[in-house]
Amino acid sequence: MDISLQKVAYRYQENTPFETLAIKDVDINITSGSYTAIIGHTGSGKSTVLQHLNALLTPTSGNVVIGDRLIESGRKNKNLAPIRQKVGIVFQFPESQLFEETVEKDICFGPMNFGVSEEEAKHRAKKALREVGLSEEYLTKSPFDLSGGQMRRVAIAGVLAMEPEVLVLDEPTAGLDPRGRKEIMDMFYRLHKERNLTTILVTHSMEDAAIYADKIVIMNKGNVYKEGEPEAIFSNSEDLIEIGLNVPDIVRFQQKLETLLGYKLDRVHLNMETFIMEVSDHLKKKEDNQ
Amino acid sequence: MMGKMIIGRFVPIDSLLHRLDPRSKLIIVFLFICIVFLANNAATYFILAVYVGLMIMLSKVPFRYIYLGLRPILWLILFTFCLHLFFTKDGNLLFEYGWIKIYEEGLRMGILISLRFFLLIIMTSLLTLTTTPIELTDALETLLAPLKKVRFPVHELALMMSISLRFIPTLMDETEKIMKAQMARGVEFSSGPIKNRIKAIVPLLIPLFVNAFKRAEELATAMEARGYQGGDGRTKYRQLIWKQMDSVMIILLVLVAGLLLVFKS
Amino acid sequence: MDHKVLVAVDSLTFMYEDQQKKALDNVSFQVMQGEWVAIVGHNGSGKSTLAKLLNGLYFSAEGSIRIGDIKISEETVWEARKKIGMVFQNPDNQFVGTTVKDDVAFGLENNAVPREEMHIRVETALAKVNMLPFLDQEPHHLSGGQKQRVAIAGVIALKPSIIVLDEATSMLDPQGRQEVLELMKELKQENMTVISITHDLDEAARADRIIIMNEGKIYKEGKPSEIFQLEKELIDIGLDIPFAIKLRSGLRKQGIQLDKITLTEEELVTELWTSHFKK
Repeated sequence: MDISLQKVAYRYQENTPFETLAIKDVDINITSGSYTAIIGHTGSGKSTVLQHLNALLTPTSGNVVIGDRLIESGRKNKNLAPIRQKVGIVFQFPESQLFEETVEKDICFGPMNFGVSEEEAKHRAKKALREVGLSEEYLTKSPFDLSGGQMRRVAIAGVLAMEPEVLVLDEPTAGLDPRGRKEIMDMFYRLHKERNLTTILVTHSMEDAAIYADKIVIMNKGNVYKEGEPEAIFSNSEDLIEIGLNVPDIVRFQQKLETLLGYKLDRVHLNMETFIMEVSDHLKKKEDNQ
Repeated sequence: MMGKMIIGRFVPIDSLLHRLDPRSKLIIVFLFICIVFLANNAATYFILAVYVGLMIMLSKVPFRYIYLGLRPILWLILFTFCLHLFFTKDGNLLFEYGWIKIYEEGLRMGILISLRFFLLIIMTSLLTLTTTPIELTDALETLLAPLKKVRFPVHELALMMSISLRFIPTLMDETEKIMKAQMARGVEFSSGPIKNRIKAIVPLLIPLFVNAFKRAEELATAMEARGYQGGDGRTKYRQLIWKQMDSVMIILLVLVAGLLLVFKS
Repeated sequence: MDHKVLVAVDSLTFMYEDQQKKALDNVSFQVMQGEWVAIVGHNGSGKSTLAKLLNGLYFSAEGSIRIGDIKISEETVWEARKKIGMVFQNPDNQFVGTTVKDDVAFGLENNAVPREEMHIRVETALAKVNMLPFLDQEPHHLSGGQKQRVAIAGVIALKPSIIVLDEATSMLDPQGRQEVLELMKELKQENMTVISITHDLDEAARADRIIIMNEGKIYKEGKPSEIFQLEKELIDIGLDIPFAIKLRSGLRKQGIQLDKITLTEEELVTELWTSHFKK
């Protein structure tokens, strides 16, 4: 399912003394099956953009096209439920949305709101629980008896059970320890690949964007600052540093080495393995030449 | 969806009323509420109206804000007015139409009672428009301090109030976040049958409550870590300073009370 | 660095009431004056329990904790808290005051500091954390990093000898994290003893010494350069290693020898350059 924002602007609290323009002139195209990372500072507008993806917010000017639905500004858009089911959002610290008596009931909550039968919902709950790496025995537990990390997985399962076509992730690893972060990000990537799930990751982590995304959109002060493939985006680190963002550690390291070497390597490396391979190749060539 | 409320509707301007000690303002409003019942004729109400008008001027608050304070109550005032107008059967009959009978006393009482309401609301609005919630808390804590002698938990109440005030914007933000998360899971808060909308409160309230407990626990831990052991032996950072103008304003109100006594019938 | 022992944990064992497994099992270590010690471990390793015991939130029947000369117990806990200040993980849930200055003053009020002195200490503390312009600001207008800096100001205003940061950066965005880490470095330079409980490797890498907790026990203890050499072991117990160490290890696996132990990118890139390329 494609999603696109067309010249979208959003004003908070229009026509009040507190009116603020959060985003303007935003054009973003998300193609079906892609993995897009949206990067930006707190206040760059990325969470406003995120809320337009499932029509939680509708634009004050411009349009949003979600699949075959057109969300226009100024119109009262009704029947948004199908959109909410198709575009699932995992918010930051999603464990705070848990409320049911049992894990099973909470995971079933989303699907059943969208008309799924209880029997089918329970079936999906089992499946979703497995996907997030928790065993079936958790189904009967109270979500409030679980650890923070487990609660987060249950919350994610609750969104997966809705069987969305697009998955939007808002800083899904916030507050987790290194192992937890890796497990969660690998899990989302696996789901992305297995189900061709269009994935949109809103994040601060340059590393995650470099590793997982095939397209990066950078937001700054309410505008789209830059967009493109990771290699292209990160090869221009001055542009990023200028707006206070960073580049992945390996990119920065490569640049420092290139400064000392006096020449650039063959390509911008987004992960350690390929960087090491190229460095090792270079050194071997040097040896051969000597 | 949820606009940012001006908590307590404080309007930050530099005016004489803003600069008054919150204690004197509280005392003035309290006294005003008492003396407003002394007025019972045109002359006395006129005196009160002049006084309130003077207060409005001294507050430098744009009338728009005062109107905003009155707006929710306007219906109540209108209702009270009509109540007296149609159901007080005293004095000369002024108007008759079918079974609607309006008497002189009814009209008089209607106007006077409504006016009383009106003036009271304006005075209390001026209080919250010119005084921050935390100033009010400080004032209450100081004024009620003598009650400590009868073991009334004055400090605890004041601390509860100030912590609640501090968390109101935070809790509002959190409510909005949880609402959005549940909307993304298919909950409809503002449309659909009433029964469903009421049920929708559950996935909003439970997380809020659970988080509130967690917050309270963490906050209590942090407070203890910083040496909080209750109100005994604490010093106070914020200070209320009674100035000459505060005394002047109280005396002014006392004089108004005196005038009311003279002119009332 | 003075060699006075400021914190002495001895054979500390602790079990929560409703659990069967020990949260802390025979933990012993010391922290010297002026040291920055990072206590690292995955979630559930016991490090958060350790923080609670250091703060006197819980008391253990087995083993002891001494803060200076004071052994922590129910009777002495308030005295101990004057010497050891704590900053917690959630920036909102430790912010008591209605404004920044009120919050910093809260601890001072609790300790009956006279008003004139309070004003001075509040401003000094806020200046130290670069939050002086925000004196009258309300917390909901502040970022996470700013709130944590106010929390640190609230602690240092009380002039303790030890500051414990319990996962104080884990809920912050990268900018906030940087702000707090910079501050921690400055505090340590002023001879404050810093104990930071964290799973952030960059934070741990800046410490003088790292103590690794695993399953309620102390797994290893040592300087960052020593600890991060353990690479695979660390990953096995749920931790991570800093970028420079990972890269060095990867390069060495490809036969690129690097002798000098380097913790930072700068050191590594210089080492790589001088050892292999500059010929």
